[in-house]
Amino acid sequence: MVWLNILVQGALLGGLYALFAVGLSLSFGIMRLVNIAHGDLIVLAAYVALVTINATGLYSIATLVVVVPVMFALGYVLQRFLLNFTLSGGLLPPLLVTFGISVIIENLLLQVFGASTYRLQAGAIETASLALNGLYIGAYPLLVFATALASIAALQLLFYRTSIGRAFRATSDDADTAELMGIDNRHLYAVAMAIAMVFVALAGVLMAIRTTFDPAAGPIRLIFAFEAVIIGGLGSLWGTLLGGMVLGVAQAVGAALSPNWEILAGHLAFLVLLLVRPSGFFPHTRD
Amino acid sequence: MAELRVERSTLESRFFALVLAGALAVLAALPYYAGPGAMRLVGEMAYYLALAQLWNLLAGYAGLVSVGQQAFVGIGGYSLYYLTSQLNVHPLVALALAGPIAAAISLPMAFAVFRLRGAYFAVGTWVLAEIFALAVTLVQALGAGSGMSLTPDIVRQISPDRAGRDLIVYWIALAIVVVVFAAAYLLLRSRHGLALTAIRDSEPASQSLGVDTFRTKLMVYVVTAGCTGLVGAFIFLQKLRISPEAGFSVNDWTVVVIFMVVIGGIGTLEGPIVGMLVYFGLRETLAQYGTWYLILLGMAAVAIMLLAQDGLWGLVTRRFNLHLFPVRRHLTRLGATAGRDGS
Repeated sequence: MVWLNILVQGALLGGLYALFAVGLSLSFGIMRLVNIAHGDLIVLAAYVALVTINATGLYSIATLVVVVPVMFALGYVLQRFLLNFTLSGGLLPPLLVTFGISVIIENLLLQVFGASTYRLQAGAIETASLALNGLYIGAYPLLVFATALASIAALQLLFYRTSIGRAFRATSDDADTAELMGIDNRHLYAVAMAIAMVFVALAGVLMAIRTTFDPAAGPIRLIFAFEAVIIGGLGSLWGTLLGGMVLGVAQAVGAALSPNWEILAGHLAFLVLLLVRPSGFFPHTRD
Repeated sequence: MAELRVERSTLESRFFALVLAGALAVLAALPYYAGPGAMRLVGEMAYYLALAQLWNLLAGYAGLVSVGQQAFVGIGGYSLYYLTSQLNVHPLVALALAGPIAAAISLPMAFAVFRLRGAYFAVGTWVLAEIFALAVTLVQALGAGSGMSLTPDIVRQISPDRAGRDLIVYWIALAIVVVVFAAAYLLLRSRHGLALTAIRDSEPASQSLGVDTFRTKLMVYVVTAGCTGLVGAFIFLQKLRISPEAGFSVNDWTVVVIFMVVIGGIGTLEGPIVGMLVYFGLRETLAQYGTWYLILLGMAAVAIMLLAQDGLWGLVTRRFNLHLFPVRRHLTRLGATAGRDGS
């Protein structure tokens, strides 16, 4: 029963990692852009929530009404006026530009907020749990997991049931031909990044309630997101959820053995899966 | 048709070789006319220059953008500490062994990360570095989470007194830069260098001409890992203390190094020198304003990647067609001086 509990905690934690990963997977799937600043943007979203709470006294989860539009707009601007210009010149520009953005965000946060750690409060839901025959399921992890499920389902609907989704798929398959058919790729990429930032906003706020954060907390979130994407298979959204769950379970099992092993066990699980199954569980997009 | 000859050295490159030799002599004599502060700064510039040139070889030439070179800095550092404190190896011998150890460890690592491409390779190397940092915290013999120190007994093996030690350590720093630059220069002038330059310019084209891109990249990965390990051992020989955070710091050993190379000019031997000077110039002038110099460097790197991908040195070569290291080939008409294009 102890181990079953650990497995369930880990799987639910995987929901958060899937949320970290969705945005990364989206920008890679549509514009072949791997955003190194992804983790720092998640942390930035947490700080936007923090500022909102301090300014308005809003309930932590309710700050999403501010954080989501702010990150959406930031994503659009970032892609339209900066990242679009990196997409035509080979491997180095997108990688090094997003890398530069990552360092800029981290150090600006450090200058503005200092190095102290913060955490957002969500009240009773943080400690509430459901008991089922000795199995304890935290209400908050369940909420996060449900959010991840709903996010991925919503994205699937967007991709396969709407006209903009069709445009996304067309551009992902062949950007030049899509452009000939009248799609404005520059605008479409900006919308894709804006949508990716909606999930970054969700991930940032939900993370900030679960754990503490500080300006340097971004890179490890990028790594978790990346591990979930690779384990699941590039470009597959449901694979990303499975990847996040594998990572979460590995960390939960590692943490149960010894606190020192938590993060390391996740990395090692990733490494083993990379060696035995380099294209992930659900390979979809080829790079 | 006039007779043509392939040449590499130019008037500037011969002149530059003289300047370089002069500068090296001036720096080697530094301890006799400057204080320990200047020696420490020049020593730091030296090992950063070495790290920058190594990352440049990896990313600029082989197209392997690694964000995990701190793994080898840490491995080199910990090799030195383990060999000296647990196996009683002389520190300078341990320094020499750190390179081969890092190179040997990099080989199985390559097996994992070479499965990833482009940006995923970058993050994959980073994960491996994190694995090493976390694994070290579990090993008692390596001081676990709290790290290790070089005891006075070990340090005295280099030289019994402080001044003599500083002198030797300083000269080793210069020697390491010379070794790294010589290795990069000779590699680029060799057969492999031609393959490497071809890969830099176009990977599919070089493949279609028969370049074994996998082997060439693997070789560069392992050689730079070994050299980075040597630099890492040196860094922590000088610092006298190592911990998992310091040894495997992504900010100290990879982030600023990437900025140096990108700002100076990626894919040229001269670029890292320019970038290193810019970095230290900014850091020393803005030292009292916290991390603003990092923000500025980040902005400069972003601007350069968007506007002038070949960096500050690229601006110079485009304006003046100046190449200080004779690694390029060009045609000369016998008896004439025209024609200096080509690679």
